[in-house]
Amino acid sequence: MNEMDNKWIGKNTIRPDGADKVTGRAEYAADTIMPGMIWGKVLRSPHPHATIKSINTKKAEELDGVFSVATSADCVDFPVDTPVILGIQDIRWMARNVLAKEKVLFHGHPIAAVAARTEEIAEKACELIEVEYNIHPWAIEIDDAIKPNAPILHDFINFDGKPSNIAGTLEHKKGNIEEGFKEADVVIEREFETAAVHQGYLETHACLVSVSPDDRTTIWSSSQGQFMVRAMTSFITGIPQSSIRAIPAEIGGGFGGKTIVYLEPVATILSKKSGRPVKMVMTREEVMRASGPTSGSKSKVKIGAKNNGKITAAQGTFYLQAGAFPGAPIRGAAGCCLAPYDIPNAHTFGYDVVSNRSKVAAYRAPGAPIGAYAVECVLDEVAEALKMCPLEFRLKNAAKEGTKAVHGPTYPVMGYVETLEACLSHPHYKAPLKKLQGRGYASGFWFNAGGESSAQVNITEDGNVVVTTGHPDIGGSRASIANITAELLGIDVNRVSVLIGDTATIGFSNLTGGSRVLFASALVVTESTNQVIDILKDRASKIWNIDKEAIEWENGEARPAGDNAGKFKPLSLVELAEQATPTGGPIGAGHQVNTVGAEGGFATHICDVEVDIELGIARIIRYTAAQDVGKAIHPAYVEGQLQGGVVQGIGWALNEEYIYNKEGKLDNPGFLDYRIPVCSDLPMIDTILVEVPNPQHPQGVRGVGEVPIVPPLSAIANAIYNAIGTRFYSLPMSPPKVLEKISD
Amino acid sequence: MAKIQVKTKINGEETEFLCQPYDTVLDVLRRDLNMTGTKEVCSTGDCGACSITMDGRLVCSCLVLAAETEDKKIETIEGMAKNGKFNVLQKTFLEHAALQCGICTPGMLVAAKSLLEKNTNPTETEIRYWLAGNLCRCTGYDKIVKAVQAAAEEIRENA
Repeated sequence: MNEMDNKWIGKNTIRPDGADKVTGRAEYAADTIMPGMIWGKVLRSPHPHATIKSINTKKAEELDGVFSVATSADCVDFPVDTPVILGIQDIRWMARNVLAKEKVLFHGHPIAAVAARTEEIAEKACELIEVEYNIHPWAIEIDDAIKPNAPILHDFINFDGKPSNIAGTLEHKKGNIEEGFKEADVVIEREFETAAVHQGYLETHACLVSVSPDDRTTIWSSSQGQFMVRAMTSFITGIPQSSIRAIPAEIGGGFGGKTIVYLEPVATILSKKSGRPVKMVMTREEVMRASGPTSGSKSKVKIGAKNNGKITAAQGTFYLQAGAFPGAPIRGAAGCCLAPYDIPNAHTFGYDVVSNRSKVAAYRAPGAPIGAYAVECVLDEVAEALKMCPLEFRLKNAAKEGTKAVHGPTYPVMGYVETLEACLSHPHYKAPLKKLQGRGYASGFWFNAGGESSAQVNITEDGNVVVTTGHPDIGGSRASIANITAELLGIDVNRVSVLIGDTATIGFSNLTGGSRVLFASALVVTESTNQVIDILKDRASKIWNIDKEAIEWENGEARPAGDNAGKFKPLSLVELAEQATPTGGPIGAGHQVNTVGAEGGFATHICDVEVDIELGIARIIRYTAAQDVGKAIHPAYVEGQLQGGVVQGIGWALNEEYIYNKEGKLDNPGFLDYRIPVCSDLPMIDTILVEVPNPQHPQGVRGVGEVPIVPPLSAIANAIYNAIGTRFYSLPMSPPKVLEKISD
Repeated sequence: MAKIQVKTKINGEETEFLCQPYDTVLDVLRRDLNMTGTKEVCSTGDCGACSITMDGRLVCSCLVLAAETEDKKIETIEGMAKNGKFNVLQKTFLEHAALQCGICTPGMLVAAKSLLEKNTNPTETEIRYWLAGNLCRCTGYDKIVKAVQAAAEEIRENA
C-alpha cells in the first residue's frame, strides 16, 4: 500500500466509542443491573500474615437479608505442589488470592464473601463471620523477606536448599563481564530502590454475575480480557468454559492491573449458591489494599566504559517484590534494562521475592521501568565521567539492526537510533535553562507481544461493515481498527462499526496486554477484510459472468480489469450487498490465529525540571517523548499513549508509593495520600512519533502503549541532578525526601 | 431508619425520590435513579469523577447528601447534550482525542463546562488548576486541556 495514498490510516478519526463516553451512556461494569440483583461484599484479613484455623459463617448466613456466603471451601482445590499454568499466571496462586485457603498473606486478603439484599447488609454479615487465626510475624520490605530467619510465607518454596521467600530467579548473560570491566577506563556502580506503585486505574474492579440452576453463567465485568475472566472463573469454580459467557464491559483503565480476576469467581459462587444475580464493586480502599500494584524493588547496577565512550561491560541485579504469591516481573527488569544498547559483556540477574503485600499485577511494561531506572541513571553518571553528552553517549552505544541483545534476540529493523537523533535535533535539546532548572535524558525498551487473536468482518445488508474483535479496548484500538478496515475496503470510516465480542460471539482472543492489541487485531482484521474483498470480487464475477481474477477492488468498488476494463459499470459495496442473496448469500469472513512478528519498541525522553529547594518540590516544566511507533494508525491516540505513559512515570518518580505502617498495613489506601499526578502538576507533554515500520506487519504496526512509562523515572532523576547537583537513588523523589537530601 | 422524601430538579426534570439520611447524591443517582453516567471512583472527594452541579455550583456528588438536594437544581452529564446535540465541550473532547478509557470523562466535562460558564477565555494555567480536582490516569491531561481551550475558543467565536 502506498502510504501517500492513505485515506484513513494515519488520520485522527473520531473514536467509535466516543459519543457514548462523552454522554455518560457507555456501560462500565458497575453500571450494569439485573432484575433480582443482590450485592456481594468481601471479608478481608485484618492481619498481614496468619494461618486460618477455622472460619464459621453460621451467624452471617442467619442474618435477615443474606442469601449466600462463599469461602475457599466452595472453590476447586489446587494442591500447592502442582502448577496449573494459565498464561503468566498460576491458578494455584490465583485461587488462593481470590479467597484465602490455608493462610492469609497480606492485610486485606479476601477470606470470605457474602451476598445480601443490600450492600449494607452484606457488610454487616461479613462482620459476623468468625475467623480463628494463628498470627505469624510478617515481612513487608525486601530486606525483611530475604534476611536469615525471615518469616517464611510458603513452606514449599525453597532457595539454595532452604525454605525461602525467594520464589524464582532469571538470568541473562552475554560475553565475559570480568574481562569487560578490566577493559573499562570508567566503572560506576550504584544501588537503587523504588517503591511499590499502583496502576491507579480510576474504575474500581466490578462485576455482575448470574448463574442459572444448570450452571449457565453470564459475567459482565471490567477486565483486560473476557477470555481470561472465563478461564480463571472456570478453573476456580469448576464450571466448564462452555457454560460461561463473559461479556466485556467498557473498561475504565487497566494498565495491566485488570489482567487477573478478583471478584468474578467469588460472585459466581455467591450467585450459584443463592440463585440470584450478584453484583460486586470494590471500593477504592479495597483496590489499593488488595489488588495488585507493581513491585517495589532494590537493585545494583555496574557499568564500565572506555574513554572513547564505548561501553565494555554492564551488570545488573534486581530484587522485585512479588507480593503474597510468586510472580514478580523480573523478566521486564532484567530483560529490558540493557536492550537499547550494544554491549559486548553483560550479566543481569532478577530475584522474585514474596512478602506480606498484596500480590503484584502487571503494570505497563511490567518491571521494565525498574530496570531502566537503575541502568539509565548509571549511564548518566558514566557519560558525565567521560564528559560526553548523555544522548551522544547513548548514540555511540545504541543497538541497531543486527545487534545481539543481552536478553537474547538479534534485532531486526528498529528505530532506536532514530529516537536519539530526533531528540538531538529537537528544539527542546538546546532550549536554555534557568537557575534551579535541569535537563535529563533516558531511553527505554519494551518487548511488545503477539499471541492469539480473532476477528470477524461482516457486510451488512445495506452495504456497510461491522468488525468484531475479542480485545477490550483500553487505548483507542477500535478507532484504529476502523481506520484500517476503511482503508482496505476503500470506504468512508463512518461506514465501519467496530465492536468487541464476548466469549460466546468471537473466537478466543488473548488478553489486552503487552502492547499487543493493535498489532494482533490488525493482522486478523486485515486477513478477514482481504477475504471479504475476495468474496466481493467473486460476487461481481458472477454478476458479470467473467473470471474473478479479471476483477480488481478499488476505492470501495469492484471494477473489471485487464481485457475487461471498462466493459462493465463498477459495482459498489452497497450494490454487491443488495445482490448478496442471489449471488451466494451473506458476505463476511473471519480469521483467528496465533500472531507472530511483534517487534520491540524503543523510546528516548527529554525532561526539564525546576526544583523548589524550599519546599522540596521537583516540578516538570517541559517534557518531550520520542518513540519508534512503527506506524501510527491513529496518531492522536498514539500520542495519547505516550503522554499517558509519561505522566504515570512522572507519578512513579515523584510522588507515588505504597506506605506500610508498623502493623504491616497499608497506610495510604486512597487518592488523598496516594498522590497521582493532577492536571496542575504538569506541562503539555510533547511527542515525536518516529515511524520505522515493523516489516512483519501489513500496516507496519509496533506496540506503543508500554514503552512510554520506561524512561521517565530516570529522565527525571537525571534532570534533578542537572538542576541541583544532587543524585537520588531512591524513588519516589517526593518533597520530604528531596528536602532531606538537600539539607544533608 | 425512616426514609426521607426528596423533591428536586435533575437536568430540568422534576424528580422525587426516597433516600436514607446517609445516602449521597451519587448513591441515589446511580443506584435508585439509574443515572449511571456520573461515575463513582474514590467516594472521598479526591477524584472528581462524580462531578455534578448543584444550583450552578460544581460539587463532588459523593460528598453531598441526597437529602440536601431538596428544591435544588442538579445538572449531570446526562443533561449536557441538548435536543440530541453535543455540547461544544463534548464535541471538542471527541475531536481532540481527549478521552481514552472514558471513566473520568463525564466528571471532567461537567467540571470544564462549569469553568467555561464563568470564564470563556481561561489561560492554560487556569484550566489546569480548575481541573486539578479531576483525576485522569490515561491521557496525561494534555489533550484534555487542549480540548477545553478549543471549546473556549468556539464559545468566544459564537458569542
